[in-house]
Amino acid sequence: MKNFNSLGFTLVMATAFVMSSLSYAGAEDDPLLSYVAIDQLEKGLESDDPISFSFQAWVGYDMDKIWLKTSGEYQNSDDQDLEVQALYSHAVAPYWDMQMGVRRDIKPSPSRDWLVLGFQGLAPYFFDIDGAFFVGEKGQTSIRLSIEQEWLITQKLILTPEFEMNAYGKSDDELSMGAGLTDINAGLRLKYEITRKFAPYIGIDWSKKLGATADLARDNGDSISNSQFVIGVTAWF
Amino acid sequence: MTVFKPSHEEQNKSSSGTVLSRRQFVFGASAMLALTTIPFSKNALASAIGQSLTQLSGKVFDLSIDYKTVNFTGTPARATVINQLFPGPLLRWKEGETVTLRVKNNLDHDSSLHWHGMILPTEMDGVPGLSFAGIKPGETFEYKFPVKQSGTYWYHSHSGFQEQTGVYGAIVIDPKEADPVVFDREHVIMLSDWSDEAPETIYANLKKQSDYYNYSERTMSDLFSDIKKQGLVNTWRARSMWNQERMSDRDISDVTGATYTYLMNGNPPAQPWQALFKQGEKVRLRFINSSAMTIFDVRIPGLKMTVVASDGQNVQPVTIDEFRIGVAETYDVIVEPKMEDAYCIFVQSIDRSGYTVGNFTSDEMFTAKIPDMDPMPILGHGDMGMNMEGMDHSKMAMGSDSMSGMEGMDHSKMAMGSDSMSGMEGMDHSKMAMGSGSMAGMEGMDHSKMAMGSGSMTGMEGMDLSQPSMVMPTLGLAGYGSDNEIKHLDSENGPQVDMQSGMPQSGLNDPGIGLRDHQANYNRKVLTYADLKGLHPTHDKRQPTREIQLHLTGNMNRYMWSINGINFADSAPLELAYNERVRITLVNDTMMIHPMHLHGVWSELETGDPDYIPRKHTVMVQPGSKISYLVTADALGQWAYHCHLLYHMPGMFRKVVIK
Repeated sequence: MKNFNSLGFTLVMATAFVMSSLSYAGAEDDPLLSYVAIDQLEKGLESDDPISFSFQAWVGYDMDKIWLKTSGEYQNSDDQDLEVQALYSHAVAPYWDMQMGVRRDIKPSPSRDWLVLGFQGLAPYFFDIDGAFFVGEKGQTSIRLSIEQEWLITQKLILTPEFEMNAYGKSDDELSMGAGLTDINAGLRLKYEITRKFAPYIGIDWSKKLGATADLARDNGDSISNSQFVIGVTAWF
Repeated sequence: MTVFKPSHEEQNKSSSGTVLSRRQFVFGASAMLALTTIPFSKNALASAIGQSLTQLSGKVFDLSIDYKTVNFTGTPARATVINQLFPGPLLRWKEGETVTLRVKNNLDHDSSLHWHGMILPTEMDGVPGLSFAGIKPGETFEYKFPVKQSGTYWYHSHSGFQEQTGVYGAIVIDPKEADPVVFDREHVIMLSDWSDEAPETIYANLKKQSDYYNYSERTMSDLFSDIKKQGLVNTWRARSMWNQERMSDRDISDVTGATYTYLMNGNPPAQPWQALFKQGEKVRLRFINSSAMTIFDVRIPGLKMTVVASDGQNVQPVTIDEFRIGVAETYDVIVEPKMEDAYCIFVQSIDRSGYTVGNFTSDEMFTAKIPDMDPMPILGHGDMGMNMEGMDHSKMAMGSDSMSGMEGMDHSKMAMGSDSMSGMEGMDHSKMAMGSGSMAGMEGMDHSKMAMGSGSMTGMEGMDLSQPSMVMPTLGLAGYGSDNEIKHLDSENGPQVDMQSGMPQSGLNDPGIGLRDHQANYNRKVLTYADLKGLHPTHDKRQPTREIQLHLTGNMNRYMWSINGINFADSAPLELAYNERVRITLVNDTMMIHPMHLHGVWSELETGDPDYIPRKHTVMVQPGSKISYLVTADALGQWAYHCHLLYHMPGMFRKVVIK
């Protein structure tokens, strides 16, 4: 899995390089552009609530992009999540990109590496969708589906409901994941776009472990559902 | 029409010199390169009033392109300017003379000047990569060409996005013969859009979020008021097509007043430009839209405007209250203020996100009241090329085939269309009338003719059935537009195209989005292209020998633009045979207006009278609509053909080769 790491590192560096040199479009039809988005960076209102984040970045052209996605959660040094995906993204339909690449779950330990095949785009009724199929190093499989919509209360005050689900093909005992639907997560965030590129928000976030995964959590004495009020910022550049 | 006089009378007058001297009141026809600032320099309020254009006249011009700091918004920003002027100098030429323009580029990047609408040799056209290599930093290029036409034109950089940052100016060419348009005074009114943001940033923002500048999207309160008015079911139906297509009916302008300050002769609305008249004068206003991205609607409350020229070419006078001017178009109008008063030259952007104004007054102390902007237009099904009204079955059959190319579009929805129309908010009735409006030409036609095929309807009008040309019905007759079936090419299928117009209607009789109800609601007559008839007889009366159908395509969400689904970089040139007479039919497969500009030759817009076809250089193609014009390919060389919206141009562009 070393090559996965080095590929990821190269992509991060390439993105950083393009970001530092201002991308200049000229009157080129399809200039090389870069994009970094802090989709979520938030903290639960209770003092022991975690800090969590979800970032994505790309560099590329209209049809082809190198895409990085990372998300994570930090409660304390013993309880954290961190995942990074490095993907090649290609436009396959007016509203859809096909994405393939690698994913590494750095935390919790032990780490896990996956191959990724995903679709990201805009479905009818303006659902933003990110769905992916993962194949792990030991033949593990997993799917993930995220759905999000934006409801404009005003031009700048925007309510964003979102939903995510994960499923595993077979259980992963080391990580306490059971086969089948493992967890669902729903959120409702209200942001105010001070500019198009920067918006603070408040919201509620709820997640629940399901099926065999929930059973394993119960056996370990962990809670199977969690809800919290959050405050955060979203930004892109 | 009073503005026109028999030409012999006109000639007598000009030989006596009176016409010229009257004109000198406004524009000194002074010696070569004389600088004339026009008018009201003695104005007591000069500091509060915007500047006018600076005129250069003669045969030899030295122009330099430089950086300059400007301040239109309260924040200094860097512009690119010609001769330190914003806009550049007004160049005044005389038909029949040869002009020499030495253009020095003092920018850090390549530059160029293109003489928009001028009929000239290809190497003088100023398009880098097609006409010449461009002007390198520090270098001077000498343009020299005979002036073979008269009227109102403009010039601008054809390099990078320099048009956005100020490299543009007006051209007025005095006719060799007596001007058929009689006037006592004239003003050039150059409209433009300015942003403090760098154009590269605007373009990148649009690529990353296509509605970045749109602050008029539908909100939840719109939804609730729809539900209240129409009920849940009707609202759901009305919304469902837009939702399924993932398109916004509020998608009017890509770049808006959110970043633009709209300018009149380089003056923001906070410091309006002022123009003077004397009671009873005939004043010629020469409007030029030199915007990068903004289509404007123009009116002067209290004054009728008589349109006498479009794109520099004289047209039969038509009196109106309001007109839409696409990017790069020009319109000359005559106004005759009968009273000592101040009038507002009110120019609002098509999406009503902003406006610019001029104070047109008989007295420097009078200031006209600025009217409110009209409501923002909302797109309807017709603007997606799906007109459900006045549709006959042949079109329907044709449409449903090509409809299948539309992703996520099912036919049950079409059947539903007519129901949901009645409940559709923002679907104004005049829009429905558009279908019937464009059929208006068919009145008095008998049904046997109707049965001959929908597309040819306009062409059938007044046609003599005994004419032998009837035997070859594949091409509509010159002057009447296209009969041909709308065909979407395979190259239109792919991620780069998000829409195909199934049943594009002719855009000829359509005042356009946001203007369709102005006659009914405000009693304002709005100019349509159908009102334009050439003042002079059609030069080339030949029938077209072939028709080229081009589809204007794009993906708004990805902000990609193309023709027939193919962007400029990947396209083959469009080839025309020297001297051929050809029809170009443009089909708009997007929901935005595209002002299409063909360099080197005239676009002879087929407005229904084969004997008086008006000549244009830039033609607006309405959303989901089609329009046809004739071209005589009488200019050898390589020419540019593109959408004149600056951020569409890089993709929606073709090289045209005439050989």
